[in-house]
Amino acid sequence: MKKLLTGNEAVARGAFEAGITFAAAYPGTPSTEILENIAPYKKEITAEWAPNEKVALESAIGASIAGARALAAMKQVGVNVAADPLFSFAYTGVNGGIVLVSADEPGIHSSQNEQDNRMYAKFAKVPMLEPSNSQEAKDMVKIAVETSEKYDTLVLLRMTTRICHSKSLVELKEREEVGKKDYIKNPQKYATTPAYARGMRVNIERRLKTLVDASNESELNYFEWHDKKIGIISSGVAYQHAKEVFGDRASYLKLGFTFPLPMKKIQKFAAQVETLYVIEEVEPYIEEQIKAAGIACIGKEKIPNIGELNADIIAKVLLGEERPVIECDASDVVSRPPTLCAGCPHRGFFYELSKKKNVMVTGDIGCYGLGVADPLNTVDTIICMGASISAGHGAQKAFNRHNTNTRVVSVIGDSTFFHTGINSLLDVSYNRSNTVSVILDNRITGMTGHQENPGSGYTLQGMPTKDIDIPNLCKAMGIENVKVVNPLKLNEVKTTLNWALELDEPSVIVTRWPCVLKKHSEIDIEEFGDYKGLCSVDVDQCIGCKKCIKTGCPALQFDKKSKKVKIDKIQCIGCEVCVQVCPVNAINKVGE
Amino acid sequence: MAEVKNILLVGVGGQGTILASKILSEGLMDVGYDVKMSEIHGMSQRGGSVTTQVRFGKEVYSPIIGKGQADILVAFETMEALRWLDHLNPYGKIVVNDYQIPSAPILTGKKDYPEGVIERIKAKVDTTVLDAANIAERLGNAKTMNIVLLGALVKAIGLEAINWEDIIKKNVKEKFIDMNIKALKTGMDSL
Repeated sequence: MKKLLTGNEAVARGAFEAGITFAAAYPGTPSTEILENIAPYKKEITAEWAPNEKVALESAIGASIAGARALAAMKQVGVNVAADPLFSFAYTGVNGGIVLVSADEPGIHSSQNEQDNRMYAKFAKVPMLEPSNSQEAKDMVKIAVETSEKYDTLVLLRMTTRICHSKSLVELKEREEVGKKDYIKNPQKYATTPAYARGMRVNIERRLKTLVDASNESELNYFEWHDKKIGIISSGVAYQHAKEVFGDRASYLKLGFTFPLPMKKIQKFAAQVETLYVIEEVEPYIEEQIKAAGIACIGKEKIPNIGELNADIIAKVLLGEERPVIECDASDVVSRPPTLCAGCPHRGFFYELSKKKNVMVTGDIGCYGLGVADPLNTVDTIICMGASISAGHGAQKAFNRHNTNTRVVSVIGDSTFFHTGINSLLDVSYNRSNTVSVILDNRITGMTGHQENPGSGYTLQGMPTKDIDIPNLCKAMGIENVKVVNPLKLNEVKTTLNWALELDEPSVIVTRWPCVLKKHSEIDIEEFGDYKGLCSVDVDQCIGCKKCIKTGCPALQFDKKSKKVKIDKIQCIGCEVCVQVCPVNAINKVGE
Repeated sequence: MAEVKNILLVGVGGQGTILASKILSEGLMDVGYDVKMSEIHGMSQRGGSVTTQVRFGKEVYSPIIGKGQADILVAFETMEALRWLDHLNPYGKIVVNDYQIPSAPILTGKKDYPEGVIERIKAKVDTTVLDAANIAERLGNAKTMNIVLLGALVKAIGLEAINWEDIIKKNVKEKFIDMNIKALKTGMDSL
């Protein structure tokens, strides 16, 4: 049976068919849907959200060593978090087959950088497969697991946004039930003490040699002979773009097994074509290795290493071809940046924080990163998951040492706090800091589309579980000043911020209110109630001061002609932040 | 690769472009085409621009539609039509929803919503204008605006023969099936 699947859905199906029994991940665009689509295979696979990517990979490693087939999935920057276990596990090797899915983001659609994780395969010396459509994504999970068991190594499956989020046709197969291999105690294999690790180091080089043969023999690396004037070596979605441009006008060496590279096949291909192009997205990963082997080719001197590749770019830089386009004046088209939703619980908090002077706000990864944007303009820095609290600590120490009276407020979401913020808060507590850490607890993982987390009370597969108590956790870590506020009550936010900024000790403010887009659970309704009524502007009262507009609520619009504000009834949910901001009481709640 | 057709759907997060593209892609798959559908989501859920690209034919390679390549552009929001017009083939067709969603710089009064967008587009290319919000509302549910537009697209590109009712049945909740089928038909008849 054929189905139209995204690359992520195909990987999930591949995990099912390959007999995988354990899968873990931390959500992150563009990888999130992999575990979401594994979760329904409840009978066959234990699927879990881990608090972070390091934990996800480590738990998959444990399952592998115990003898089960396992998978871990994460976005490109998640592999940085998981790099520590990755490099050591590359030394020990596996028991049950294991695949690590890295979902990279050329073009930075929803990330903080554009790193090319193919480098990790070479760096950690683990084999890598790269699918170029959903069918390959599904098939390669099984090949990865088999390769893992045959060569005693984790296998990296490297995807990109356009593979993860593009749908194409996939032929489905049945699941292969393989059971679990026996676990036999063997510290010489699984304990990386220096004495054992030195032996493993030698084994890795031996394994690499056999993997070179495997890559040269792999059916995933194949020739497509057409006209031999132009030869193209390519992998992943770049191969599809190349085919789009050149069709049968060129010959191809299509690579699916991309570490180690099949250098014998590459030499054979290069010898038979007149001009050799290496077409790859972002870094010259393939090109550099081909050039190092003494083979002439054209790559990044023509093809950009920044941003997503597409057929237009390839046609322009290699063939000088451009399609005619409609010329139409579009200079007055206005940008459409993402905004905090109408009713977002972060808005009230950011509005109050934006009024504070001489404050540095260290931000983090999540919807609340939008606090950096106009008109809130509150957040100063966004580095990586968890960095708000620790970078904030470092900044505060620097300010304090140099007698600068700037105060630091660190802003982090609930899921990001569980991810790596906990360690950072320990630093604040242990090293006698005096930062204000704000945990924006919207009761769910928001930005990636509402995944459960250790504070939400449910597991990925829908089981009720422990709901970690953030205020008590902070207290247990030595933070004595902890307050919980309702972020929709501006006076409460203001008073609490002032209280925290007065202290010469570390403090934590937890803003507790569910994401406006979240489907409220019974427990949520019990605690927070339901939204009732909408906000409405009394136009006779409105003086057009735009104070409410400064909250950045997308339900509010300033009408230039009438110099009044109007509220979109479809978007407004009646959170009442604008009601509290209005200096002349022109906004009221109606229809309760 | 002339036999591959390219459909570009553009709109704003929350307008249902992705569901419309999904129904479209499944319909095309059912009648035997090779199909690729690509979407960008993530931050775009938060009121940003959303694009989905559907390519179909005997064999489709790249999932991405380039500039000047779309055979048909369906704009769920008026300003988005102008933003993406350079992706339309000069001999292609455009279906524009006469429906404005002001973006953040417009809401705050910093920028103005561009004027005369539809007239500018009409002067350049084969244009169909639809008030899909109004049509959907008359049918009883403003949220079926996306399916009204899908209906118009199906007619514009000549895919009426596909059994869309079956595909809709598979993709929407039971209580919304009839409403969506009605929306699709009304969209098809509006051309």
